Amino acid sequence: MFKKTILSACMALGVGASAMASEGGAIHDVAFSFEGMFGIYEEAELQRGLQVYTEVCAACHGLNLVSYRNLGDEGGPALPEDQVKAYAAQFETFDPEVDDFRPAIPSDRFGDSQYDGAPDLSLMAKARKGFEGPYGLVVNPLFRGVGGPEYIVAILTGYTGEEKEQAGTILYENTAFPGGWISMPPPLSDELVEYEPAADTDLESLSEDVASFLMWTAEPKLVQRKKAGLVAVIFLSFLAVMLYLTNKKLWAKAKRKD
Amino acid sequence: MSGIPHDHYEPKSGFEKWMHKRLPIIGLVYDTIMIPTPKNLNWMWIWGIVLAFTLVLQIITGIILAMHYTPNVNMAFQSVEHIMRDVNYGWLLRYTHMNGATLFFIAVYLHIFRGLYYGSYKAPREVTWIIGMLIYLAMMATGFLGYVLPWGQMSFWGATVITGLFGAIPGVGESLQAWLLGGPSVDNATLNRFFSLHYLLPFVIVALVALHIWAFHTTGNSNPSGVEVRRGSKAEVEKDTLPFWPYFVIKDLYALVVVLIVFAAVIGFMPNFFGEPDNYIMANPLKTPPHIVPEWYYLPFYAILRAFTADVMVVKFASFITGGIIDAKFFGVIAMFGAIFVMALVPWLDTSRTRSGRFRPAFKFFFWLLAFDFMFLMWLGSRPAEEPYASMALYGSFYWFGYFLVILPLLGLFEKPTTPPETIEADFDSHYPPKPAE
Repeated sequence: MFKKTILSACMALGVGASAMASEGGAIHDVAFSFEGMFGIYEEAELQRGLQVYTEVCAACHGLNLVSYRNLGDEGGPALPEDQVKAYAAQFETFDPEVDDFRPAIPSDRFGDSQYDGAPDLSLMAKARKGFEGPYGLVVNPLFRGVGGPEYIVAILTGYTGEEKEQAGTILYENTAFPGGWISMPPPLSDELVEYEPAADTDLESLSEDVASFLMWTAEPKLVQRKKAGLVAVIFLSFLAVMLYLTNKKLWAKAKRKD
Repeated sequence: MSGIPHDHYEPKSGFEKWMHKRLPIIGLVYDTIMIPTPKNLNWMWIWGIVLAFTLVLQIITGIILAMHYTPNVNMAFQSVEHIMRDVNYGWLLRYTHMNGATLFFIAVYLHIFRGLYYGSYKAPREVTWIIGMLIYLAMMATGFLGYVLPWGQMSFWGATVITGLFGAIPGVGESLQAWLLGGPSVDNATLNRFFSLHYLLPFVIVALVALHIWAFHTTGNSNPSGVEVRRGSKAEVEKDTLPFWPYFVIKDLYALVVVLIVFAAVIGFMPNFFGEPDNYIMANPLKTPPHIVPEWYYLPFYAILRAFTADVMVVKFASFITGGIIDAKFFGVIAMFGAIFVMALVPWLDTSRTRSGRFRPAFKFFFWLLAFDFMFLMWLGSRPAEEPYASMALYGSFYWFGYFLVILPLLGLFEKPTTPPETIEADFDSHYPPKPAE
């Protein structure tokens, strides 16, 4: 009888969570490599995303929770140490100890947004919800995530080309943005970035690459987490079988099943 | 422990005898662990152990998190991200603690509804029930305080809305709210005191749990048949019960591990499922999120809070007879706390002499309707405050109060229950028939 309760509890939780979706336009699902129980980041894709971020997004947006050294992390972009150092050295950072700018080192952060109105992107992929999936089913996030990176892709590819001026600012029509008008001009276009080694550089591919990269900045321990989760589930399942058998044997006499 | 007669601890070794004369702590533990437990307990009697485990888990992960967390409005959000990124296994601690709250509430709701179905609250277990309700209230408070600590958008605005409830109390409300917040609005003083209290309350819960266990060890566990253990002699007791160790410890551990498999899967594969994306945005007092939604475990009561708007008949009436002192906002607050209060009074509201719902056919219908109502209100709590949800929440709230205040008192008078088994032994034997004598 109580199985019913548990079942309906699960259903209510699923439905309850579905109400939390953000109101936005059409957000389509993207089959990212890091989704699902066994999904992990693809190093090459994160590196391409880093390049898009560096050449385009970084002009305005910051990543103040991420350090350059994180680029060398296992499970992330995994750049070799010399490349991390070289990457950091391209930038200047303000050092309060010497009261002056100096070339950045791996322990420095990417830093704040360059442009006041541009939000920091460190957690963007977790701070937005793209979709709930069919009927807001409980298991959906298990297989497809909650659509944060999809939301980013949808924003980057959702420009219609329409513009309007409102109170001195130019707004751009975007099908994914809540309200339909966004103040960020279309940042990406086909072949805006040149990849080495070569990869697809159409708008959709560039958007997916940078969305993957931003998912990594938001959830850098995703790979470790899933591994730990898998180990825990396997171990606990084994323990559950052992305890089931122990319990069965222990109760056998009392239940006259011996 | 008094109550059911059973073998008590006898110190054997020299040290045990020495200790027992000075502090009989080994005896206390022994008698607690060896308590005779009704042998017909089903799988709904496992949630207590799950809850005890979760409480300890939350305290341990919480203490370690507190070592790395900074309760300051300018640093709290970053310090949580520091835990997630730079502290060794910080992400595991934080996700475990975050989802541990969810596990805690799922288990407590199942535990409470088990009590409601099997009449566990009835005499002589009223005190156990009341202490349980106090634990539940303390859990709600702890959960709310903890949700504010990451200092995300939902933390901030949730705190603003919930402390605003106290502002609705006529006369003293606004001063009370300012006193709780440590200022005119949610700010650094609020965050500091919430952190302090979030650290304190779990230990209050530990003390209440000790009382809860003490109380039901005195009366004995309730059980699915609702029939009491026969206490005439030890031989009689042994027909109805088995010692807690090892029978129920192993059974409960098995159940706990099965629950933990799901828990580990949630942490490993969808740790943010029960969270709010908005809480990954740092608190901004100047920007209100489009929907302020509390954590899922408050939603049924949040729905009741919002159900009583100014155009509802009972609210108009209350406002009229009190000369406007009780307005819609205050009425909502009374209704929300009242919803928990009527549940705490259920030992005296339920007039039926049959304890277990298993033998009450009409009760079963109303009970499952209540369980459905709870889920329904939970769903409504997550919906925006507009039609048709507002009216639905009102009907849902009426049923919640109706169940406790009208249905339960009357049902006991009119319902014709079926016959429960004579003894726990008979109930057990009907499931596991004795072998024919050879």
